[in-house]
Amino acid sequence: MSDNMLQLSTPETPPITETGEPYVAVRGLWKSFGQRQVLAGIDLIVQRAETVSVLGCSGTGKSVLLKLLIGLQKPDSGSVRIAGKDISHLAIDELNAVRKKIGFLFQQAALYDSLTVAENVEFPLKRHTQSSPAARKERVLRLLSSVGMEQDLHKLPSEISGGMQKRVGIARALALDPELLLFDEPTSGLDPLTAIEIGNLISKLNRERSITAIVVTHDIPAARAFTDRFVVLHEGRVAGQGTFEELQRSREPFVERLLSSLTTEVKS
Amino acid sequence: MASSTIDGASHANGDALQHNPTALFFAWFGELGMFCGSLVRTLFQRPFEGHEILRQMDAIGAKSLPVVALAGAATGIVMSMQMRDSMARFGGKSLLPAVIVFALIKESGPIITALVASGRVGAGIGAELGSMKVTEQIDAISASAVNPLKYLAATRVIACALMLPLLAIAADFCGVMSGWVALTLTDPISLELFLNNGFRNMTFNDLLPSTLKTAVFGMIIGVLSCFQGMRATGGTEGVGRAATSSVVLSSLFVIVSDVFLVRLIQIFFS
Repeated sequence: MSDNMLQLSTPETPPITETGEPYVAVRGLWKSFGQRQVLAGIDLIVQRAETVSVLGCSGTGKSVLLKLLIGLQKPDSGSVRIAGKDISHLAIDELNAVRKKIGFLFQQAALYDSLTVAENVEFPLKRHTQSSPAARKERVLRLLSSVGMEQDLHKLPSEISGGMQKRVGIARALALDPELLLFDEPTSGLDPLTAIEIGNLISKLNRERSITAIVVTHDIPAARAFTDRFVVLHEGRVAGQGTFEELQRSREPFVERLLSSLTTEVKS
Repeated sequence: MASSTIDGASHANGDALQHNPTALFFAWFGELGMFCGSLVRTLFQRPFEGHEILRQMDAIGAKSLPVVALAGAATGIVMSMQMRDSMARFGGKSLLPAVIVFALIKESGPIITALVASGRVGAGIGAELGSMKVTEQIDAISASAVNPLKYLAATRVIACALMLPLLAIAADFCGVMSGWVALTLTDPISLELFLNNGFRNMTFNDLLPSTLKTAVFGMIIGVLSCFQGMRATGGTEGVGRAATSSVVLSSLFVIVSDVFLVRLIQIFFS
């Protein structure tokens, strides 16, 4: 990947809020699907420019949490405040105004399969900016260069690998200069080198552009490179949180088990 | 699963509903009503997605033309062959061109067009949107602050409503021409005479309402296919279900609505 991330652009609009409150504030969040309780009173605070990684077993509601944060799902109860706005009670137009400030990388990238790589990245720009086609093209090229995908502009998503799709997904998530990035398992299914590259990219974004990021991941070694704070979800609740070292000192049984399984995995 | 989304109609398919067919039936209509309401609201909101509408008009209209034309032509031939014997039996052979033209333009052309479109377009939309739903592409559109109902559904519904009348005209044309060819092979008749006899008593009140009712058929196909596609769940199997149900429901609703539309046309245009 090239080193021109800083040159993507300078955010032209000021942050949505300057109230000094946390950028993301989740309080008492409950979500169930039928009889299955997925989230049972989650509280989560993420400060501006902080990178938080959410850990936990499969099916503990990590991806659901991200979808609640961007308003793709509605909570059963509780509040989700992004940049000072409670998004669970916003009308769709107001919600879309908040969404423009959020970049989302889906677990399987979710690229539009009828559009080329370049058109995928151009999609949000075309709809939310007044830039000329030439300016958009230039920005798309810069975004794709930043993730090492400038050679594959005209390929369809089906013609590139899963790792490449994730990179394009990141470029698309960055298109509107987001203040908050939500990554759903950015390194899953990738080879170790690409996983490290993606990790470095997230770290760089946070360092150079002060982007707030919430990353759902199982890949703790890669996550340590960019994470300020880990949050561990278990049975719909936050079982523990802190830096990796703080988690290692935790006496919470699930956190101990999670970290010991990691140690075993690394040794094997 | 009782999931609710902020963007679209809520999916009230809770566990309690899953075992109660009556409740499911009414829940489906309720969701369809909410979907239509949201769809109508998006029609008046910017951006109007002109480029996407044109792309869909090409996909739905131009690419359906060969199959619709073929279906229309086949109908014309069959009608000519079947009617020839029947009309000869009742001594009304001279009325054959008029019977073919009237039957094709007033009913067979439009309904054949709509049923062919239900199959080709309905399955296509249902599968495409169903696939986008299960691979989270629709969520990705929402996450990009774009209304998927507007970008995906409204554009397809508009394209269906605009293209079906044009396809119906094509089917009518092919049916009339093939009807003449079939007739002239057994009882030679000039094209001019065939057309003169066929269209002599036809008025715009015969032609326009029956052609324009295909716009309603187009709306029905577009709405039901988009609705079924956008609520697909359960991976590839769900995509298959969405495609099948789009075709079945579109065809069924087209046929049922035709009964009401014909009656309305009779009331207002006879």
